[in-house]
Amino acid sequence: MPLDRRQFLTSAAAVSATLAAPMIARAQTAPNVVVIGGGAGGATAARYIANGSQGAINVTLVEPTRSYYTCFFSNLYLGGFREIDSLGHSYGTLAAEYGINVAHDWAVDVDRQAKTVTLAGGASLSYDRLVLSPGIDFIEDSVPGWSLASQNAMPHAYKAGSQTELLKAQLANMREGGVFAMVAPPNPYRCPPGPYERVSMVAHMLKETNPTAKILIVDPKDKFSKQGLFEDGWQRHYSGMIERIGPDFGGANVAVDPSAMTVSIDGQVEQVDVCNVIPAMRAGRIAEIAGVTDGNWAPVSAYNLASRIDENVHVLGDAAAQGDMPKSGFSANSQAKVCANSIVADLAGGRAFPARFANTCWSLIDTNDGIKVGATYEATDEKIAKIDGFVSQVDEDAATREATYRESLGWYDAITEDMFGTA
Amino acid sequence: MGKQGLFAFALICWAMQSSPALSEGDPVAGQAAFRPCAACHMIGDGAINRVGPHLNGLMGRPVGGLSDYRYSDTLTEAGNEGELWTEDRLNRFLEDPKGYYRGTRMVFRGISDPDSRADLVAYILAEAGNYDSAATPTSTEDVPPEIAAILAIEGDYAYGEYLSSECTACHAAQSGGDIPSIVGLAPSTFVHSLMSYKIGQRDHQVMTMIANRLGDEEIAALAAYFTAVE
Repeated sequence: MPLDRRQFLTSAAAVSATLAAPMIARAQTAPNVVVIGGGAGGATAARYIANGSQGAINVTLVEPTRSYYTCFFSNLYLGGFREIDSLGHSYGTLAAEYGINVAHDWAVDVDRQAKTVTLAGGASLSYDRLVLSPGIDFIEDSVPGWSLASQNAMPHAYKAGSQTELLKAQLANMREGGVFAMVAPPNPYRCPPGPYERVSMVAHMLKETNPTAKILIVDPKDKFSKQGLFEDGWQRHYSGMIERIGPDFGGANVAVDPSAMTVSIDGQVEQVDVCNVIPAMRAGRIAEIAGVTDGNWAPVSAYNLASRIDENVHVLGDAAAQGDMPKSGFSANSQAKVCANSIVADLAGGRAFPARFANTCWSLIDTNDGIKVGATYEATDEKIAKIDGFVSQVDEDAATREATYRESLGWYDAITEDMFGTA
Repeated sequence: MGKQGLFAFALICWAMQSSPALSEGDPVAGQAAFRPCAACHMIGDGAINRVGPHLNGLMGRPVGGLSDYRYSDTLTEAGNEGELWTEDRLNRFLEDPKGYYRGTRMVFRGISDPDSRADLVAYILAEAGNYDSAATPTSTEDVPPEIAAILAIEGDYAYGEYLSSECTACHAAQSGGDIPSIVGLAPSTFVHSLMSYKIGQRDHQVMTMIANRLGDEEIAALAAYFTAVE
């Protein structure tokens, strides 16, 4: 996106007015921001910091993958509504048009005293501010019998890309009348409606290719996001296909055997054909390595997403313990903008504006049957607090549901443009 | 007036031509088909520009021809080349808007079914009426006071730029899916669009929620930003 002249002049004036240091000194000591994680939180933050500071801040984005596959809409790939390639995005525009240094490497260590990040390739990056947006990792042994070593036998498909493709291939090759089991995660986890949209999309696929197949959800939670809407949709579109075992029937007492392809529910062993294990989650590991987690997540201030443990470290998105916002790509994108405004204000003299947040999560149940839930949020001393919200209604007409689905397509184009700077 | 005279002449030429295959649409059925259009376009008594231009007097109007609406370059150029809205053109445009006028900002995927399309065209024809260059269908006197109050505020561009980041999560620079692009609208159109959600003239779960949180200063700031960016 080319910067317009007015924008450029405004922020150039702001920079020279507030930075008293001489020109040369400033050029040599331009503050450094390192962003770890190139998803909805990190890519957005990097772009907004680079754009908002007009080059007054050096921004380095550390992201191991060259092609980023969005987790959002990956269920639509399972359902056959999207091609996997349509979910892939590169960092080319962020580097070329926004001047962001994109380091395709893993961050392996953070020294908060020295304010440095060490990359797997050996490089060390200094920062004035560090932004962590590492997404989630899985809690070992949260589903007994499952570990990352068994992710090929029982994929999690909860980080999009090869895992999603693997799960789809397994479903496509499932025997006629086979059983697809999903072990759903306990709260809190990435994308609250995600497992249930996935069930819907798998049901859509199986209804066409393998209509006698069954879907078994083993769920440790009493209730889940948009439950009434999903259950109504399953009844209308996939009657008799989906069974959910909640905690009252042992859904919280589950173990798997990936080599035998069995799922044990409250001691009762079920043979299954494809099994999607979505384990319990915690903040991406680098947050723990950086020492900014408390328990599984990284507590942050609602005003600027600064870590409550170190004010020079900000944590965005799924990894943050921030309050009422769901762990979603939309939320991470929203938080990134508040964080970026605060960092540009602190380091480059931009104007600071009050934090404000919003989220909407669209889900697809079947062809042209879309639903959504959303809310606005504000910053309080205690947390990011919900102000207002909405959710789709069970009795909506078909035109409304189709409009909701089509709206989600527009949202996908917009948010990926907002993250990566290009459609 | 010379230019308008030319248009009027063209209009007469157009009106004298018969359009044999097209006029069989049912305007009553077309009224239902207009529902998605009504999200952006007003038609009939009191119609004013919103996200899209009002449609009163559409038949025979130059393409991109309302002076108080900011069209895409594509439509402006078409009008400059003398293209007028005719039943036939409207029919072909509505079949595939982005194919017919590549670059139009209108977010509508088109209607492929010729019968449904004919119904919609018949409805628009019946409601919109013919172009009259002397008529002033857009009345500034009718601007509601709450909108006039916002238009009187000098919007804070930098604040608007910050606030705009809430919009760009869903509104791409080029429209995508069914979510319109909101850059480059006239300020009155932009403000009216947001206010119509806030005061309940239009209803949309996301937009109503977002608009309800915006005060006059915020809307003025957003208008200052979005109407300035290209």
